[in-house]
Amino acid sequence: MRKTGVIEKARTWAYGDYVDTDVLAPGLYMKSPMEVMAAHCLETIDPDFVLNVRPGDIICAGKNFGMGSSREQAAQSLVFHGVAAVLAPSFGGIFYRNAINHGLMALVCAAAPRIASGHHVSINAVDGCVQVEETGNEYPCEPMPEHLLAMLADGGLVSHLNRRFKE
Amino acid sequence: MTSTLTQKIIAHAAGRDTVSPGEIVICKVDLAMIHDSGGPRRVQPILDKLGIGVWNPEKVVLISDHYVPAVDAESARILNMTRKFASDQNLPNFYDMQGICHVVLPERGHLKPGMFVVGGDSHSPTGGAFGCFMFGIGATDMAGVLATGETWVRVPETIRIELTGGMRPGVSAKDIMLALCARLGMDGGDYQVIEYAGDTVSTLPMPERMTLCNMAAELGAQTGIIAGDGITADFIRNAGAHPGDIDRWQNDPGAPVRETHRIDIAALGPQVAAPHSPANAAAVAETAGTKIDQAYIGACTGAKLVDLQMAAEVLRGREVASGSRLLVAPASQKDMAAAAADGTLAILTAAGAIMMPTGCGACAGYGAGVLAEGEVCIASTARNFRGRMGAASSEVYLGNPYTVAAAAVVGEIIDPREFLS
Ligand code: SF4
Repeated sequence: MRKTGVIEKARTWAYGDYVDTDVLAPGLYMKSPMEVMAAHCLETIDPDFVLNVRPGDIICAGKNFGMGSSREQAAQSLVFHGVAAVLAPSFGGIFYRNAINHGLMALVCAAAPRIASGHHVSINAVDGCVQVEETGNEYPCEPMPEHLLAMLADGGLVSHLNRRFKE
Repeated sequence: MTSTLTQKIIAHAAGRDTVSPGEIVICKVDLAMIHDSGGPRRVQPILDKLGIGVWNPEKVVLISDHYVPAVDAESARILNMTRKFASDQNLPNFYDMQGICHVVLPERGHLKPGMFVVGGDSHSPTGGAFGCFMFGIGATDMAGVLATGETWVRVPETIRIELTGGMRPGVSAKDIMLALCARLGMDGGDYQVIEYAGDTVSTLPMPERMTLCNMAAELGAQTGIIAGDGITADFIRNAGAHPGDIDRWQNDPGAPVRETHRIDIAALGPQVAAPHSPANAAAVAETAGTKIDQAYIGACTGAKLVDLQMAAEVLRGREVASGSRLLVAPASQKDMAAAAADGTLAILTAAGAIMMPTGCGACAGYGAGVLAEGEVCIASTARNFRGRMGAASSEVYLGNPYTVAAAAVVGEIIDPREFLS
């Protein structure tokens, strides 16, 4: 069984600072169903992303990732494509909450901008450690507490509560 | 270990002795505030899916303000659903059409220092003026709170804003915030907590402190907070509640602060933010002469009793310029009644102001008073994002209530101090 909070050799997509919620979930498609919205995720800065992203990939970005509006679709679009985690030195506050509530791991990692696209990264969110296979570099990240990792493993807040109430 | 006020509140809500910034903890919520727009219609489907009701109706305050009064079938349906939720869930604290949530909540004595409060609205930081840790969350988050009475939080760092000196005539808390938006930018708050302190703050009345905390949202902070004092306690007592232990909910001396910004208020004049961001703020002289179609005194930010009184100071014995219009939507029924009792309303209406229902109104384009294509408005609200108050090509300038009233009198943006004796 996969260990909660551990991701192994995930392929990276690297982006810069200030990737905002309009880049993740363009306002133009807010009324469209999730698959349409998700098809435009990140297209304004990287048209290649939606064409080649694979479930289990992760994003390594610069500061204030997800800044902007409170729209939950910004996190949901990434979840739709199976993105397993976002690493960044800081996050837009509401995006950070939305990401975790929708089952997307968001890790505060000061070194995230130093990780290149197309590399492979292993994460241990319990101990707070990130390892890049190609370079052999190891970086610290803020660890996540068990209760949030359990929520992520369940696929987000609502499914987590659903399971809790059924037990 | 020394702790900030915020750390103390979070530690208490998490059942811990202390917490450190960056740590993620689960907190018991003392109060959850929801409104007609982001509340029942968004959380009900999630609660239904979970097959559960509100964890503790006593700790939930529901307020209808965004769609009041109904202007079409859809807003009527939303309000109807809001009222049904209140009765289905047996909510003892439902304020229907009593004013804007952030103003009604403290006005009815629901906030006091030390509380851990969540609100289903981005201007929930307003509540921090009462020494509580109150922040805004989205619908999924809120459904989780309503189902369990708990939520998780990443302990924020504190950014301290020290305000010193007395405010000059024609200047208000709104100008302080606009100046801060220009100086720090809309992500200057970095989702941390902004604490306001200094001798300016300790003499400010509660409604003005609420404006400081309200616009912490525009600085991108998780919330704003002001430690309680005698003024806080008096306000809470007047609202019919008990202020609790004010002395307990203070910062420890030397508590960790990430950065401190000092601002001399005595040197500050009225500020105006040009379209389409509060961060485009500058001294009123920069935008003076801009023709306006509409002046709007409204919102949780700029239509409390003190704001109405500021507008009246300018409007006493004057009239709204022909070709422009002044709309006034008082922040709450209580503030409206108080403004009627002290003669403020009479001054506004004699000047030709159009009185609107209490509620969010045109602030976010939900209610009456929205703008046509190409129209220009100056408003006492908090945000001037593109299209927020109506048509996409409309333009909104932000100013304090004096400045908005003065613009209504001349039909263009002008330094309001010319009208103050
Ligand atoms: S008055 Fe405006 S800013 Fe305040 S809660 Fe209503 S819509 Fe939001």
